[in-house]
Parts: sequence; C-alpha cells; structure tokens
Amino acid sequence: MTVFLVIIVIALFAVTVWQMSKIFELSRGNHTDSTQVANERDNKINGYLMLMFVIFLYVISIYCFWHYSKFYLPEAASAHGSEVDTLMFISIALIMFVQVLTQGLLHWFAYKYRGEKGKKALFFADNDKLEFIWTIIPVIVLAGLIIYGLFTWSDIMNINEEDDPLVIEIYAYQFAWRARYSGEDNTLGKANVRFIQGVNQLGVDESDSYGNDDIIINELHLPVGRPVVFKFRSQDVLHSAYFPHFRAQMNVVPGMITQFGFTPTITSEEMRNSEYMVEKVGRINGIRKDKSKELMAAGEVPLDSYEFEYYLLCNKICGQGHYNMQMKIVVESEADYNAWLKEQQTFGETMAAQVEVPSVDMISNEKDTLEEELNEEGNTETELE
Amino acid sequence: MSAVGHATVAHAHDDHGHDHHHEQTFITKYIFSTDHKMIAKQYLITGLLMGIVGIAMSVLFRMQLAWPEQSFWIFEALLGKWAPGGVMTPEIYLALVTIHGTIMVFFVLTAGLSGTFSNLLIPLQIGARDMASGFLNMVSYWLFFISSIVMLSSLFVEAGPASAGWTIYPPLSALPQAIGGSGMGMTLWLSSMAIFIASSLMGSLNYIVTVINLRTVGMSMTRLPLTIWAFFVTAIIGVVSFPVLLSAALLLIMDRSFGTSFFLSDIFIQGEVLSHQGGSPVLFEHLFWFLGHPEVYIVILPAMGLVSEIMATNSRKPIFGYRAMIASILAIAFLSTIVWGHHMFISGMNPFLGSVFTFTTLLIAIPSAVKAFNWITTLWKGNLQMNPAMLFSIGFVSTFITGGLTGIILGDSTLDINVHDTYFVIAHFHLVMGISALYGLLAGVYHWFPKMFGRMMNKNLGFVHFWVTAIGAYGVFFPMHFIGMAGLPRRYYTNTAFPYFDDLQDVNVVITVFAIITAAVQLVFLYNFFSSIFFGKKATMNPWNATTLEWTAPVEHIHGNWYGEIPSVYRWPYDYSKTNENGEYVIAGQDFVPQNVPLQEGEEELNH
Repeated sequence: MTVFLVIIVIALFAVTVWQMSKIFELSRGNHTDSTQVANERDNKINGYLMLMFVIFLYVISIYCFWHYSKFYLPEAASAHGSEVDTLMFISIALIMFVQVLTQGLLHWFAYKYRGEKGKKALFFADNDKLEFIWTIIPVIVLAGLIIYGLFTWSDIMNINEEDDPLVIEIYAYQFAWRARYSGEDNTLGKANVRFIQGVNQLGVDESDSYGNDDIIINELHLPVGRPVVFKFRSQDVLHSAYFPHFRAQMNVVPGMITQFGFTPTITSEEMRNSEYMVEKVGRINGIRKDKSKELMAAGEVPLDSYEFEYYLLCNKICGQGHYNMQMKIVVESEADYNAWLKEQQTFGETMAAQVEVPSVDMISNEKDTLEEELNEEGNTETELE
Repeated sequence: MSAVGHATVAHAHDDHGHDHHHEQTFITKYIFSTDHKMIAKQYLITGLLMGIVGIAMSVLFRMQLAWPEQSFWIFEALLGKWAPGGVMTPEIYLALVTIHGTIMVFFVLTAGLSGTFSNLLIPLQIGARDMASGFLNMVSYWLFFISSIVMLSSLFVEAGPASAGWTIYPPLSALPQAIGGSGMGMTLWLSSMAIFIASSLMGSLNYIVTVINLRTVGMSMTRLPLTIWAFFVTAIIGVVSFPVLLSAALLLIMDRSFGTSFFLSDIFIQGEVLSHQGGSPVLFEHLFWFLGHPEVYIVILPAMGLVSEIMATNSRKPIFGYRAMIASILAIAFLSTIVWGHHMFISGMNPFLGSVFTFTTLLIAIPSAVKAFNWITTLWKGNLQMNPAMLFSIGFVSTFITGGLTGIILGDSTLDINVHDTYFVIAHFHLVMGISALYGLLAGVYHWFPKMFGRMMNKNLGFVHFWVTAIGAYGVFFPMHFIGMAGLPRRYYTNTAFPYFDDLQDVNVVITVFAIITAAVQLVFLYNFFSSIFFGKKATMNPWNATTLEWTAPVEHIHGNWYGEIPSVYRWPYDYSKTNENGEYVIAGQDFVPQNVPLQEGEEELNH
C-alpha cells in the first residue's frame, strides 16, 4: 500500500513537472515577448490549469473521504459521545458543501474569465443586496451551529452530582498515569505533592481518613453504564488526558484540580468484537506481520500481534517521553468491575504494610526501587537508549 | 474626509526629493539605512533566510514521522550529536517542532511579511517621502536582526534549544529538570522574543503614525488601498497584543530565574518538591493566547491586503465591496482580541467561559466569509492576467477557505474536545494561516519585485513554483485532517508506541513525500529571486498597469521616492476598466486610471 501510494505521488509529480516543462517550452518559443508579464498564452494555460486544479482538489477530497474515512474513530463509547459525533457530522457536511461550492466558483471563474486581448472587464464595485445575502446566510447558519454546540457543551461539562457518579482521580507525571479510586466512601482523600514520600507516590494525606480506602492503580477499570467523574491532578508539568474513544479530554494542570465526567456505554469486549474494530485490528495485524518479517530478516525481535484495548493518552507536550505516556482502560460489567476492585490493595493497607518495615535504611532503599519502578513504567529509559 | 487631507498639505509641498544628492557610503546605504525601501528589502531577505531554516526543519521532522527511528545520513550531518547513528532523538524532535513554529510564525510571517510590505508600501502607496521616523525604522529592523541571531544561536546550546512547543507553556518551559531545552535554550528563546517584540512595537507605532499623518493631498482614509488598511489595522493589533506576550515572557523569566511563582505551583520533579506555590499555568495560557490569537491575524491580515490589491490589478476590475472589505478587516481585528479562549476550551478554565469564546469565535467566521465571497466576486467577469502573483492570490483564497472552514469545527467547544491538539488542528492552522500567509508573501514578492529591485522575476519559473506548491500544499495538509480525526496527537516523536495508529503510517508517508517535493520546489523560487535581483529583465515603471501611487514613482530608488512634488490623489485606488456612459474607458485605450489622475470630463466619481 505504501509503495503504491508513493508511486502515485511520484507519478503525479512527474506529470506536473512534465506539464511545467511544456509550459516552459511553449512560452520560450515566443522570443518577441520577454516582458515577464503574463501574455495571452500564459493566461490561457494557467486558466486551464486552474480548472484542472479544482478537479484535482475534488479528486483528492473524494480519495481522502473514500480511503481515509475508515480511520475515523469508531462509534463513541460514552453517553455524550454520540451527540458530539452528530454535531461533527453536521459540521463536516456543511463544510464540504461550502467547500465544493466556493472552490468550484473560485477556480471556474479563474478559468472562465482568463484574460484575453480586447476583453473588457466589468466595472462591478459593489452590490448591497449580494453582500447582505452573504453576510446574513453565514449569520443564520452559524447561529444554528453555535446554539446546538453550546447546548451540547453545557450538557457535557455540567456534571450532575445527583447521578452519584463514581469519583476517580487521574494522576499524571512524566511519563505515565495513575488512577486513584475513591473507595467505598466515594470520596478522595486530600493530597498534595508535599506528602509524596516512599510508597506514597501520589502524595495522599495520611491523616485524612477519606484517603484510607482509596485505591491507587496503574490501569483504569470502569463499570459500563455508570457515570464517572474524573478529577485530574499533575505532579510536574501540564499534561492532557485524552480519551479519544470516549470523546473526552481535559488538561491536567499542576497546582489545580480539573475535572471531566462521562458515562462509558460500550465495554472493551463489545468494542473489540465490533465490526469496525475487527476490521481495523485485522488491518493493523497485517501491517505488523509484514513488519515483523522484515525485522526477523534483519535478526531483530518481531512485533507482538495487537489486540484492541481502550487507552488514555497524553495530548499536551510534556517532555521527551510524551509520545509514550499511556494507560490502558478496561470497560467491563459492574460485576466484573467490583470483583476486580476487591482484589486491589487500598492506600491504608499499603501504608500499614510499610509501617511493619522497621528500619530507616529500608525505607530509603524502598524509595530507590520505587523510583526505578517509576522509570520503567514511564517506559522511556529503556526505549530511548 | 477632506479634513484629514488638509493635515498632510504642509508635508506634501515640501518637495525635497530633487535636492538631496548627498553621497551615501556602503554602510549607510545597505546596512544602517534609514530608507524604507532598503529596510523592506532587509526584512524580506532576513525573513526568507529564516524561512529556509524553518522549512528545512519541518522536512527533517516530517521524515522522522514518516520513517520513525530510521537512520538518515542527513540527520547525522545536520543534527550531529542529536542524531546518534543518524537516528533522530526525541529531544531534538521536540526542539525542531518548537523552533519551526517560532521561526515560521514570528520571524517569517510576522516580520518577513508585515515588516517587508508595510515598510515598502506604506510610504509609497500613501504618497509619503518615507516613514514618520526613519531612525526608529532602522532600529526596528536591527532589533529584528539581533533577535533572529539570538534565536538561531540557541540551536547550538549544549542542552538543546527550547523544546516546549512554540506556545512554551510552563511548567515545562520553566523547568530545566523537565526537559533539557528549558535551560539555556529557553533563556535564549525568551531573550530573542523580548527583542523581537521591541522591534515589532517600534515598527508598528511607526506604521500607525505614518498612515495617520503622512498621507498625500486627497488621500482620504476611504481612498487608501486595501493593503494600507490591512497594514494599519495589523499594526494596531500588534501594539495592543504584543506587550501582553512581553509581560508573559517577563513573568516566565522571573519564575525561571528569580524564584517567583506566577505560573508554578505544587510541583514534584526528580525526587524533590519545588518551593513554588500559588501560581497557575492557566494564567500563562491566557496571557500567551491574548497575543497568540491576534498574532494569527497579524499574520493573515497583511496577506489579505496584498491579495486584495493584486487580485484587483490582475482582474482588471475594482475589488468587489471595498467598504465591506474595510469593515471586515476592522471586524476581524476587533473580534481577534476576544477569541483567545478557544485555544483553552479544555485547559481547565470555567466551562462557561468556553461558551462565551465559542460564540465570539464563530462570529469571526462572518467577516471572513464576506471577504472570501468578495474575492470570488472580484474574479467574476474580469479579464484575469495570470501573473505568478495572481496565481498565488487565487491560491490564497483557496487555502484560506479550506483552512477557514475547519475552524468552524475547532471553534466549537464541543467538537474541540476530541480534535484538540491532534493533527486536525495542524492541518487547519497550516492551511488557514501558514500556507495562506505564505502565498500572500509570495504573491507580494512576485508583484512588487519590480518596485523593490527594479527588475522582473522570471514568470515561467513562477508558474512552475506556484503549481507544484499548490498541489504539494494540499497534498500535505488535506490528508492530515483525516489522521487528526483518527485521534492522532501532535508533537509525538513517533506513533509506534500505539499499535492502534499503525495503519495511519501510509498517510504519514504520503504527507512527507508531498512535503519534501513542496519544500524542494521552493528552491526554484529562491533561484528565481536571487538571480532576478542581478540578472532579471529591467522593469518598467508600471509593469502591471496598476493604479496605486507606488507605480508612479521612478524605477530607480531615490531618497524621498518621487522627483519633484509628491503626487496628489483624486480618486480611489480601484478604477480598473471604468467606463463612461458611452461604454468607452475613461482614458481612451487604457483600462486603468491611476490615483493621481484627476477626474476626467464627464466622469462620475462613484462613491464606493
């Protein structure tokens, strides 16, 4: 496929160069005209090229929509996501309508009214009626879009506390994520970077009893159908928590807590088995297989085959490991979720386990190994070397 | 209107053009020149050189994106220790995207575009001997030059140049512990920008004063060419918004060097808690975008002005809706200062603010739409002269529409959630303000080259340059929308960490191939430009049969622009193909009437 596309591009380029050289020859033949001001022949050739160009524009648009629209994200996996997608669809349809129309007119006029000797241009300086029409049409259309957009926006951003949303903290640091579940009380314990010490990597305040049942983990599990509100906290620089499949994103800002809420509606299992994903993963594994062959031929380790999982990624430049700051997200049934949650150690238990370790040396050793762990999770040290 | 005219009478009659014959040394003529035409050339050539650096950088990181972590000799040759074994490192990748953005936005499209053409055209088109302050103008250029040198020197710093993105959001840009480029590299970046802002302010104040005070007799505000309106309003936006960036930069310098906490709070990095407390990175974002958004209009408005002028001239028709064009420039300028929040919908600011900014942002589509329709109508029933400048102007309208339309998606807070910081944004702003403004710049160079250098550029090379660039630019940025819609984030060193993106790789290869071709064809332009300076065909006084005053000035550059008296102005600048009631041109056999030609007998001055 790559080879094919590259060949197309090179062929197009070759055609262009060939056309150019033709123009060259044509205009060089005319020795009498060397003013470097466009003459009738230039007008004609470039007029025709304008027409060809708008056709090129249409072709590239059709090609992209035909071949690349499969890359669009799958059906939204959150409750508000389908509204976003509808608005997106309306906007794109509108944009493409205006695009086709205006580009067509622009280039058609450029072709149709290409200069000719003796032709008289029309002295047409203004027309209030026309200008009024094309001011008022965008006003009306945009008013519609603005109103639709604003209603959706306030629906998404206003978190309804009455739904009893599950409270989860997403904690970001260079270059990985942590999730802190608020536990049975559904209330997060207070936290600040100044409490970070030893195994207390997220700086949870040990004196706050709400924090005892918090669960800190590096994988995000969500029960399907239950509203979740995420509280975002960063330890070092700006990050952005981007959940593309859930049409959700929020910056993670050191020194303040930001939030975003959504209700997952499609489990990982369902998404994996959806027609879209089966096809996409099949395509990806095809590519990976081909690459693996090349790698093995070069004596390197082949790539693993890919299985779809939802992911959270960092979408605000945060340092050299930015490109690989991700966390797996699992959406599962309420029962599975509860079973999984039960297996996890709470913050209180983790800290209690620490107290049993008596010596001070041990704690500092502990810290070192933790830092190593942190680095490994960041996945950067090993990859970058 | 005539009141404004009177104010300029005194100046217009001091015809000192012919009695200035003092000898100029090489240094006063070519280096520390106070002549606006020479300063314009200095801006242009500095801008073009910076453009070469900026575009070359984009080719490098596009190669990394298409063929991630592969070895290229050119990486090793150009990046040295940053590409061990020819494989680009993540640090230098981020540095390249940062400096590419900075150079292109500020050094090429602000100084190179507005600096060049404001300097060249303001005095010539309004009928003035020079800028209000030639000295300030010279200082402005040299500060720009120094800031360019400082910016380029940051490329050679031990820990690397600034690499926090051209938006330099703290804390990343404030903490050398967070990324190497935030050490010396960022210090140089901030110093360079501080000098740049000083330069820009001096230039802008000069432009404003000149346009207000030095117009020739009869040149009322509603007889100004649209270029001048665009430069004038651009300068005002610059004066309003650049100081805010300066204050943001100063506060950041204090946070970095003097331990203040304007933008920093609660930070734990490399095993220790920093003492900063109470600052907010969101505050920086507000300050940055309070400049940053008007900045994109600082970039695009001059291009719009140039394009309007070139289109009217080459269509042999008046620009359609002259007053509507002015009104939309003013509306865009006003709205541009109250839309900055659309860069911050998901920054953590109050969602209600997001609603307000969505509203103001989508409003800006209205004057933009008016402008686009007016340009299209200008072509209608014209007699289009397909000079390279005209081609680039038509290309400008095309890319401005394509790029502008996707703004409707990004300006809508709801839709922005999922395409924010993806390649969709990259495609949008490159088309609407990158490529479009570059087209405006190139159109301007082709059109006013005879005025700048007294010679013509080769038109055939111009045609080759345009057509390959036009196809290439769409080839790069049209497919990019689709990988953005797939949720591919920007500023990723490689996408291989996510197998989910594996099938987008082909698209990235296509984009890079187009980018390399497009960059390569700019060499045709550079060759044409530099060889025409010396060997181009000698230009006539008014090669494009245009109406504005600069074409009444002699081809050779003289101090004071015109021999004898400054021409007076009797009509608006767009009397192309104007006919009398009997259907004959106003001046028989000539389809244009220059601004300095008095109304002819029986001619009606249409009040546009």
